[in-house]
Amino acid sequence: MKPSLTRVFELMTGDPQADRAVPPTGFTARLTVFTAAAMAFLAVFALALSLATGRLADRWSEELARTSTLRITAPEVQMDAQTQAALNVLSTTPGIAAARALTVAEQKALLEPWFGPDLPLEDLPIPQLIEIFEEGSGYDPIGLRARLQAEVPGAVLDDHTRWRAPLVKAANSLRSLGWIALLLIAATTAAMITLAAQAALAANAQVVRVLRLVGATDIYIARAFIRRFTLRALGGAAIGTVLGAGAVWLLPSTDTVGGFLTGLGFIGAQWLWLVFIPILAGLVSFFATRSAALRNLRALK
Amino acid sequence: MIELENVAYSYGGAELFSQVSLTLAPGSFHFLTGPSGAGKTTLLKLCYGELLATGGQVRLFGADAASLQRDDVALLRRNVGVVHQDCQFLDHLSVAENVVLPLTVSGREDEAAQNLDDLMAWVGLRDQVNQLPPELSGGERQRAALARAVIMSPEVIIADEPTGNVDWEMSQRLLKLMIELNRMGKTILIATHDFNLIRAAKSQVTTRVLRLTDGRLQQAGAEL
Repeated sequence: MKPSLTRVFELMTGDPQADRAVPPTGFTARLTVFTAAAMAFLAVFALALSLATGRLADRWSEELARTSTLRITAPEVQMDAQTQAALNVLSTTPGIAAARALTVAEQKALLEPWFGPDLPLEDLPIPQLIEIFEEGSGYDPIGLRARLQAEVPGAVLDDHTRWRAPLVKAANSLRSLGWIALLLIAATTAAMITLAAQAALAANAQVVRVLRLVGATDIYIARAFIRRFTLRALGGAAIGTVLGAGAVWLLPSTDTVGGFLTGLGFIGAQWLWLVFIPILAGLVSFFATRSAALRNLRALK
Repeated sequence: MIELENVAYSYGGAELFSQVSLTLAPGSFHFLTGPSGAGKTTLLKLCYGELLATGGQVRLFGADAASLQRDDVALLRRNVGVVHQDCQFLDHLSVAENVVLPLTVSGREDEAAQNLDDLMAWVGLRDQVNQLPPELSGGERQRAALARAVIMSPEVIIADEPTGNVDWEMSQRLLKLMIELNRMGKTILIATHDFNLIRAAKSQVTTRVLRLTDGRLQQAGAEL
């Protein structure tokens, strides 16, 4: 039998009479539906993880690549002068679109997660931060550092490359892990369906014997099992996907709380990816059952 | 049609029979007899491709059985109706569904409706079509098995102890059906150790009686 979409469709719409030849097996039926539902539920989260980390990696990569931070550490009496001198240097540096000193409130907000909301920032020797926005192909960091060293001795330029790369790498690794998890889920589903199909074939050895006696080909016998297991996996995966999508939908949104974990979910058209989970489960089941059935039928001489 | 030439069959190193030659010509009627354990059922299985001979050659409808693929054997079985002593039904299907199963598996379900009524009337089971096989008596099961064996209008009917579990009256009824099939041109091979059945058949139709004993197949003698 050559697997093709037409063949898959034929199996779905199928031959109810052939399907009836194999008695319903409650245990394997429930096992298959449950496995497919559980795996689809997990697949929704793995997919959400992959997409969320993908978005995060892209955002970090893009946003951090276009910005830099200048940190000025100076005695309090020189702070304003050095800040102004630094802004003057930055405003005349090619590749820099804009630069602005962060306000006390903004710096306080940055430190708030670590020190709480009542931090007396005014009384502490906190460095002044200047945010730099790049344009075009960006600025020359070596040249800028040299100019700053001469004109603003207390300034330290951080172009983010030091910590941007490992963050993006971590996000990309997390995205890869999500896809690997999806592959593992598909492989586990295939393994479980194979075991269930083998159990069903073993339990129906007498049925197979009778069908062969009356002239049924291996493909005819296999079809009854393939159709049944494919539909069960499809149905179970649809249930699991709906439940998983509901669970993801109920997670707090990024806007409400902020942070990475709350960004776990789907945005806009990404929800359409979920449609592929039951389809994939059906296909995995189709090929796993087909392979198991034909292998077992070959063994049953 | 079905030819066995110097066929041997061994199982687990022990030879069950050897040098067995048999030709089932179209329209012939054969009985195969012999003591229990002589290999009658095995010999029948060789005749419909369920087993492969360990020696000699089996030709089924002109093809060497040893060279047939499994699906070729399946297609070949559509030309051979088989009746087992234990009938081999699917107990979750109705009698009607079991009887039309050969048509179903060969994609000819549409012929079932037109053939089933006549066939069930012929075997006297018109009122039992919707029952499940376990609800039938021994004789009814055998007749249902015969109906299933002939629904594809096969050229050969092979029956393994079809009267083993039924009374004399029912065995006569089954024999009558077999003889009617033979008169329609079907080739019949029945394995049995019921000599009364063989004698009853010989009085009505030309038969050839073979005896499988001590690992050899021979023409049955004076005991009949």
